[in-house]
Amino acid sequence: MKSIVIGVIGSDVHAVGNKIIEYTLENAGYKVINIGVLSSQEDFINAAIETDASLIMVSSLYGHGELDCRGMRDKCIEAGIEDILLYVGGNIVVGKQNFDEVKERFTKMGFNRVYPPGTPIDQALGDIHQDLGE
Amino acid sequence: MSTYLLVDFGSTFTKLTAVDTALRDVIGSSSHFTTVTEDIAIGYHNALERLYENMGKVVQFDQVIACSSAAGGLKMAAIGLVEELTVEAAKRVCLGAGAKVDLIFSHHLNHKEVEEINRQKIDIILLAGGADGGNSECVLFNAKLLGEMKVKIPIVYAGNKSCLDEIEDIFIKYDLNYVLCDNVMPKINVLNVKCARNKIRDIFLKNIIVAKGIKKIEAEIDEILLPTPEAVLLASELLSKGYLHEKGLGDIVVVDIGGATTDMYSICNASNRSDVIIHGMEEPFAKRTVEGDLGMRYSAPGILKALTKEEIQFLNNEHGVNIEEEVAYRYQNVSSLPENPHDEFIDQLLAEMCAYRAMHRHVGRIEQIFTPMGLIYNQIGKDLSEVEYVIGTGGVVIHSNTPISILSKTTNILHNHQELRPQHPHFLLDKTYLLAAMGLLSQRDPLLALQIMKKYVISVE
Repeated sequence: MKSIVIGVIGSDVHAVGNKIIEYTLENAGYKVINIGVLSSQEDFINAAIETDASLIMVSSLYGHGELDCRGMRDKCIEAGIEDILLYVGGNIVVGKQNFDEVKERFTKMGFNRVYPPGTPIDQALGDIHQDLGE
Repeated sequence: MSTYLLVDFGSTFTKLTAVDTALRDVIGSSSHFTTVTEDIAIGYHNALERLYENMGKVVQFDQVIACSSAAGGLKMAAIGLVEELTVEAAKRVCLGAGAKVDLIFSHHLNHKEVEEINRQKIDIILLAGGADGGNSECVLFNAKLLGEMKVKIPIVYAGNKSCLDEIEDIFIKYDLNYVLCDNVMPKINVLNVKCARNKIRDIFLKNIIVAKGIKKIEAEIDEILLPTPEAVLLASELLSKGYLHEKGLGDIVVVDIGGATTDMYSICNASNRSDVIIHGMEEPFAKRTVEGDLGMRYSAPGILKALTKEEIQFLNNEHGVNIEEEVAYRYQNVSSLPENPHDEFIDQLLAEMCAYRAMHRHVGRIEQIFTPMGLIYNQIGKDLSEVEYVIGTGGVVIHSNTPISILSKTTNILHNHQELRPQHPHFLLDKTYLLAAMGLLSQRDPLLALQIMKKYVISVE
């Protein structure tokens, strides 16, 4: 069973979507480590190391996602989990920006998958199956 | 009717407390220097003679039970994977078992670190790493390295359960001295103390007290039950919670300032508020921290290290003393006791600094975060702001003329509102030094132990 670390990054306390993601991934047969709201990059990375996780899914709903996620891939490399998959989704930037540009910025930051607002979790689930090869 | 003799083989003093279960009271106490280097029995016999003198008669005790922190107490090395997770969990388990954690290692061990374990004469190694089902590569590497470097110290394995079989194979292959128990952190931020703590206690009682020459005394006493700090932790927990119809004191903090360490115990929930989000490793209800660099004699230099040059200068000017000289003297004369008001004043000053710093490291913190959803409180560690009693123990506090000024340093005197220190506690004193003894007695007669504590732990306001 592969492990996935999920949580809400930064000073963000949106807990509902977080619970839905946990529920969905668990039902899909994954081991979910939910570190909850108000989580720092280090919290995600530490949890991923201890649980030997294959994927970190970062949620950000309050518009500051870009600030909060910056440098996260570098920290993963530094922490010895350079191969881990990073997903991010939610309302990850402020205002109505062109999502292709947003996606490009997050991809450059080292995220493997970037989801626009309103993405159903089932869509991400398909990507997870594909990426984790299960 | 029965009589108990409760013995605490401390690092400096061997302390005796006699209890009569029919009178339901303490019937005598005494102490003598611990004589662990020649024969621990000498100090014990002298203390026993003094006890008989104090009581005016020779008594045959029905049960003699003891705790010990003599010969350096229980020295442990805690090994985990990530510093904030399994390393922290391993450290807390060691502290809860009454150990001093002399070495702390994270991630892959190296040769130097293993050599350090051997060099520092560690008594027990707690090897953790990985949540259950999580990382096993690191802990397997570490177990193998301990084997390759022929570490003969008992190892308590409390890491990822998924690689337990491989771990055991390694231990058997290298003929290591080991026990296996439940993971100290089975899930992220979940702390599992019990199994590892009990195994540590078993090893302490079976091996360590033999190695330290304390076992010899067991012919004369019935049983050595606990390491002293664990006895104090159990006593504190009992005093806080109560027993059956006998009410406890509620949330408490105990400060024990000794020659080598300052121990801080808090018995309360991590938080009673519903409007905070708590972060980090789960906090134990009965939590102990030990500051190995804060103490009145062996560790006096550590107090100065925690201060800046300006602060030392300020202290010297304010009080007309040379604190560096005073500290150096105490470090070189560890058995010195204050002889005049000046010595007492310096000891008081050092004790106040120990209490302040030790609480600084023990207590939780809260920060306000402004989010689009309003003001949010984020808490890390334990909230002690509603603690009702702060209890002082340890020679310097007990013998102080103004113990309250030491104990009050655990509160928020510098108005740093991020630190969740006790806000308006009452101050109590373990004047007759019986917390450890009552921790022992609580293993036999918890109600009596609680009643005695409530009688002798007195108010100092």
